[in-house]
Amino acid sequence: MKFAIQINEGPYTHEASDSAYMFTKAVIEGGHEVTRVFFYHDGVNNGTRLTTPPQDDRHVVNRWAELAKENDLDLVLCVAAAQRRGIADADESKRNGKDADNIQEGFRISGLGQLIEAGIQADRLVVFGD
Amino acid sequence: MAILHTVNKSPFDKNSLERAIGCAKDGSAVLLIEDGVYGALKGASSSSMVEDAMKTVKVYALSEDVSARGVNERVMDGIELVDYAGFVKLAADHSQVQSWL
Repeated sequence: MKFAIQINEGPYTHEASDSAYMFTKAVIEGGHEVTRVFFYHDGVNNGTRLTTPPQDDRHVVNRWAELAKENDLDLVLCVAAAQRRGIADADESKRNGKDADNIQEGFRISGLGQLIEAGIQADRLVVFGD
Repeated sequence: MAILHTVNKSPFDKNSLERAIGCAKDGSAVLLIEDGVYGALKGASSSSMVEDAMKTVKVYALSEDVSARGVNERVMDGIELVDYAGFVKLAADHSQVQSWL
């Protein structure tokens, strides 16, 4: 079965990103397919490589990136939500005249159409958030 | 097929659980996750609402989140604990998943 995941909450806020990560892992371990993980609203904060948690804490951003690399996941940050919160890749940074980008490798920035497409293509869309 | 409703807010904080139960049709399921697992407590102000709901709706709670809050011994009878693999199975076995945030 195909699953799409939507995350509306940033890391280290409550528990949504952790729950979504555990659920995504369980989906894969259960032999299902994850068609896309879409980060919306404050959820885009899960995709900045500048995140530096204390050494004894979980690294939410790297954990997503590693899971994506191991399982070829499509991690998508909503472009409008990302712009508002200062999350940019090289193209977005240049387009908006910024002096830096901060997206974590393994994530990409795209539009809301990607969420709609994920909802259509997947058998289940599961939303985590605040 | 019936809908799986997930609730991630404590009933002592938000009315998500009440709203989810209000919308849950007979034969559907409610899964309590994160702070939503406080809705599984017996002897609480929310207990009678949940007990009533369990006459027509199956109620589950995520075992990891119950354990993280140290309330395993206080979960009311009739609520089934599931792990993340069980969460995935519930999502697959129901026609859709409605998250009450």
